[in-house]
Amino acid sequence: MKCRKCGRTAVINMRQHKLALCQEHFLEWIPERVQRTIHKYRMFTPQDKILVAVSGGKDSLGLWDVLLQLGYQADGLYIKLGIAEGAYSDESLGYVERFVSEREGVHFQVVDVKATYGLSVPEVARTKRRGRKVCSVCGLIKRHIMNRVAYEGGYACIATGHNLDDEVAVLMQNVLRWQVGYLARQAPVLPATHPRLARKVKPLVHLYERETAAYALVRGIDYIYDECPYAVGATTIFYKDLLNQLEEHSPGAKLSFYLSFLQARKEGLSFGDEGRPDLHDCVQCGQPTTAPGLCAFCRLWEGLDQG
Amino acid sequence: MVKLIYRKKVWEVKPGMTVRDAILKTGLKPYAVLAVRDGKLVNEQTILRDGDEIKLVAVVSGG
Ligand SMILES: [Zn+2]
Ligand SMILES: [Zn+2]
Repeated sequence: MKCRKCGRTAVINMRQHKLALCQEHFLEWIPERVQRTIHKYRMFTPQDKILVAVSGGKDSLGLWDVLLQLGYQADGLYIKLGIAEGAYSDESLGYVERFVSEREGVHFQVVDVKATYGLSVPEVARTKRRGRKVCSVCGLIKRHIMNRVAYEGGYACIATGHNLDDEVAVLMQNVLRWQVGYLARQAPVLPATHPRLARKVKPLVHLYERETAAYALVRGIDYIYDECPYAVGATTIFYKDLLNQLEEHSPGAKLSFYLSFLQARKEGLSFGDEGRPDLHDCVQCGQPTTAPGLCAFCRLWEGLDQG
Repeated sequence: MVKLIYRKKVWEVKPGMTVRDAILKTGLKPYAVLAVRDGKLVNEQTILRDGDEIKLVAVVSGG
């Protein structure tokens, strides 16, 4: 199989684009495609300061690499969650540090949840009698910290490494349950609805997960390969597999499912009134909350011995 | 013979077949893995040679 651009041996065949590329041309193609996505959805400009949420995984490190290559002011944020008594977090942080050490003039910061708030993510989840699942507590904590860092650092937006497969798996689950609230909000760009809530962008939404994995490999980016222990067996993986089977029969199905969803909404497909609930400022941290008083993040720590 | 390695599992297949056919023999799904030979990504139509060692890398992650 030959590269369409130069005729050398292809390293990847992307049936969804009827495109086979050699290593060199694949390494050119990925940043071009990400740049087109950034432009298409007006995510940000070279004048903006961007905060990249990095986990040590292939997608977030690949995203950061591409943004730096494209010349954006992209700083990294690693949130140390304290997973698996810290072992998983230490390992994933190691990949981020290695990425940084291989590049010059790259800015990044670490927020250590336990050092900052007194307990790690699994520890907080454990102390909550209601039995909140670790992943939902984790999501809540990460969102809060990202918004705080973005606000304090004057960032124009937070960029995350969600790829097409991530988005399509969520879309599929939301459609199957007609979760209209979620469907109304699922988008490559989430505008800031409050001064303390950062704009969120997903520059990899047009890239297949196969493409982001191949990019990390070919580009020589070392990343944490093992799943977060709490994500093992996650339903997302089941839906990804289902969609990959569909894709096998009909190359391009995932991309067209996603793009036609966005298009339909643009053309007026509506999921009811998107009327936003009144937002109050949390009396403790200042981030918005739907009920007056403390926000969900601050309530999480209430009454806990924070050492 | 050709060795295929995925996490801690190892399979042996005959040379001469394509990467895709070899992956199918292991029971893994070709869409769920990438194949690496001598540290380089190879496309799924690549013909395997005697003595090749192919590392299979999972594409899908959760979360
Ligand atoms: Zn080429
Ligand atoms: Zn608060």
